[in-house]
Amino acid sequence: MFARYTAPAVAIAAITALATMAVLAATDGATAQTVNQPPDTMAARVEACTPCHGNKGEGTSDVYFPRLAGKPAGYLYNQLLAFRSGRRKYPPMNYLLEFLPDPYLEAMAEYFASEHPPLPQPAPSEVSKDVLAHGELLATSGDAGRNIPACVSCHGPGLTGMQPGIPGLLGLRANYISAQLGGWRYGTRTAKSPDCMQLVAGHLTEADVTAVAAWLATRPAPSNPAPVPKGTYALPFGCGSQPN
Amino acid sequence: MGFKLSIKLLSVKLLALAAFTTAAAAQDKTGDIIARGEYLARAGDCTACHTAPEGRLFAGGRAMPTPFGTIYTSNITPDPETGIGKWSADDFYKTMHSGRFPDGGLIYPAMPFASYTKVTRADSDAIFAYLRSIAPVNQKNKPHELRFPYDNRQLILGWRTLFFSEGEFKPDPKKSAEWNRGAYLVEGLGHCGMCHSPINALGGTSQSDAFKGGLIPMQNWYAPSLTSNREAGLGDWSIKDITDLLQTGVSMRGVVYGPMAEVVHNSLQYLNDEDTRAMAVYLKGIAEPSPPPAASSALPTSESSLLISLGKTVYDKNCASCHGTQGEGKPPHWPPLANNQSIEMQSAVNPIRMVLNGGYPPGTKGNPMPYGMPPFAGLLSDNEVAAVVSYIRTAWGNRGTPVSAREANELRSAPLN
Ligand code: HEC
Ligand code: HEC
Ligand code: HEC
Ligand code: HEC
Ligand code: HEC
Repeated sequence: MFARYTAPAVAIAAITALATMAVLAATDGATAQTVNQPPDTMAARVEACTPCHGNKGEGTSDVYFPRLAGKPAGYLYNQLLAFRSGRRKYPPMNYLLEFLPDPYLEAMAEYFASEHPPLPQPAPSEVSKDVLAHGELLATSGDAGRNIPACVSCHGPGLTGMQPGIPGLLGLRANYISAQLGGWRYGTRTAKSPDCMQLVAGHLTEADVTAVAAWLATRPAPSNPAPVPKGTYALPFGCGSQPN
Repeated sequence: MGFKLSIKLLSVKLLALAAFTTAAAAQDKTGDIIARGEYLARAGDCTACHTAPEGRLFAGGRAMPTPFGTIYTSNITPDPETGIGKWSADDFYKTMHSGRFPDGGLIYPAMPFASYTKVTRADSDAIFAYLRSIAPVNQKNKPHELRFPYDNRQLILGWRTLFFSEGEFKPDPKKSAEWNRGAYLVEGLGHCGMCHSPINALGGTSQSDAFKGGLIPMQNWYAPSLTSNREAGLGDWSIKDITDLLQTGVSMRGVVYGPMAEVVHNSLQYLNDEDTRAMAVYLKGIAEPSPPPAASSALPTSESSLLISLGKTVYDKNCASCHGTQGEGKPPHWPPLANNQSIEMQSAVNPIRMVLNGGYPPGTKGNPMPYGMPPFAGLLSDNEVAAVVSYIRTAWGNRGTPVSAREANELRSAPLN
């Protein structure tokens, strides 16, 4: 059932149709002005998303439903394309996006990228100090012996991400972060090739995932949560989602 | 938008006319046939089945789950080894018209040849010319995974005897040219009957039940009857509402969703205004007046009145902001629920699934940024889903029947793709 949108390729314009269309266009215009219509805004168009993601994309109480607000638009757009094609799997969203065209998905991505509700308070962690310390080490220094680069080397020194394709890792809950890392480890989430996150996640153990997810979720909101501009720093290796 | 587009196309056409030379004319003719073939391939929605998600155009390999196992569609690009590059126009016509491979082998009716048999030779040739013009893709066909005994193609013979009558479309001289054009598209390339007919145990549709509606196996969506005004019969719709629905996916009377959204998205939105209108005229024409509904519910009355009063509470809190307190909606984008056939039908599968799964109408040229409805599966209990669906089926003069929490529960596991 997944279909890709292709640009209108059929060009059949009969001269006789023109008159009819002019009339139709005129009546459409008239109706649009007089009849009670939903607001002509993106906010009204994404009401199908907000019960799960929050009115401004701030997230909801469900620990698996991610925040969208303020993430780089290019990153969000890549995710919407992946959900639409079924490459990233979450059936309720795969279904909603199935027949929506690229430019519309782009507009949705831009809408949520431009919203800036405050980041949530970090939740108190349920794991031990040692586990948190291990998570912090992985995130900030990595583990060269096991080929694990520091998360900050791509996600930024402030973990706020970089335009256009690298998301920040703050304001997410531990359950969501470990589910995503698990998705990459087991192949249910893939990104544009070369899929650098798959390489990173492939080197993480279950214990690493728990630790790094827990530590990230305890980070307080930075004073400026905006992703840094494209090219602010070089990545340790290439990522398909981040064109250089 | 459509208006601007056609002005542009018109000027292109006029320019082309000015630059008319004999040499160009000869070239133009093959070009024209290919363009017409592409248009007809859209009308036949070949891409819905023959292009896999994120796959190359018409390279096949798309899985079609059926009650008998999984069928994989074929590569129909002009690749000589793995596609139909070695086929002649006769071979191709034989597939479309008779449901046979060039060597005479039988084709599974998952390929809608039972409808395509109505397609004229000239249209078949144009589609073939178009398919020959696209990029060849070297990709082997996947073998089907059908259970015994359905893996034996000889069984198709039985199906053919029961459900297949070969033959091109015969116009009805008592009807207008427009009606006949619509009939040709709906019964032939549009293969509307493949879904809009009751599906029997053999997976076939019988001629007398054509367009009488049915539950699509494996997908759990109900494709309503196109002949009964109590279902999707369009007898009392205006032509403009029908053409809007087919071309843009939304209308003042209702919207498309589920598998019908795919049909509009891949196919119907690309049809020109005359063809769309012809289909509307035909669809309006085949709707038969239906006997008044015998509203009978399986639920005891006391239970259903409790359900319905809970339903009103759920509705006012979760639905009225878009669909209006009186079910008036803000059409076409937020569809009306009062006097909306697709809610009142005997089968309550579709409204239950809409509440559970929400949806967006397809993004089309005429409606590129559709409004959406959130899924309520995670927000409402089975009982609340049953209540609100019972409410919308019976409020504001609607003549549907209440539904039970068990029905709502069963549809929670319906596949979403
Ligand atoms: C039923 C709840 C639900 C609805 C409705 C929903 N989403 Fe989601 N969304 C999710 C979940 C859960 C995930 C994470 C899925 C996963 O585990 O990969 C997600 C992930 C996303 C992501 C990726 C976020 C990231 O940081 O990687 C984007 C973007 C997104 N959704 C946008 C939307 C848009 C736009 C809509 C409306 C058209 C929508 N969603 C509707 C639940 C929902
Ligand atoms: C080589 C660069 C690179 C490194 C190193 C890296 N990431 Fe990523 N990460 C990315 C890219 C690029 C994406 C976006 C992928 C996409 O488009 O889906 C991403 C996405 C993510 C996401 C998904 C966010 C969301 O909202 O769904 C998580 C979680 C994540 N990374 C965690 C980590 C962790 C934890 C580490 C360290 C162990 C890490 N990353 C190291 C490049 C990197
Ligand atoms: C509802 C799904 C569906 C649609 C729509 C559909 N097909 Fe098919 N088609 C199939 C399946 C399934 C097969 C394989 C049948 C088999 O193996 O017996 C097939 C086989 C074929 C073949 C035989 C190729 C080969 O070598 O196996 C041709 C040619 C073909 N289709 C052309 C078309 C054209 C042209 C259209 C549009 C006018 C179209 N199909 C629309 C499902 C579909
Ligand atoms: C893949 C299966 C499938 C095919 C093919 C199909 N339909 Fe449908 N159709 C459905 C389903 C399911 C519904 C119910 C959902 C809805 O109302 O949108 C439906 C609904 C409709 C409706 C009622 C819409 C409303 O708002 O009441 C009309 C009219 C219709 N189809 C016409 C057609 C025509 C004409 C064709 C052929 C060009 C066609 N369909 C082909 C599955 C299909
Ligand atoms: C944010 C606005 C919104 C809300 C809230 C909403 N809907 Fe909808 N509804 C829509 C849109 C938009 C569609 C068209 C969806 C499609 O085509 O996939 C729709 C379609 C429907 C349909 C199918 C109508 C048809 O023409 O066949 C039904 C039934 C329905 N909604 C019932 C409900 C119920 C019951 C609720 C509350 C539990 C609800 N809706 C809440 C916007 C909304």
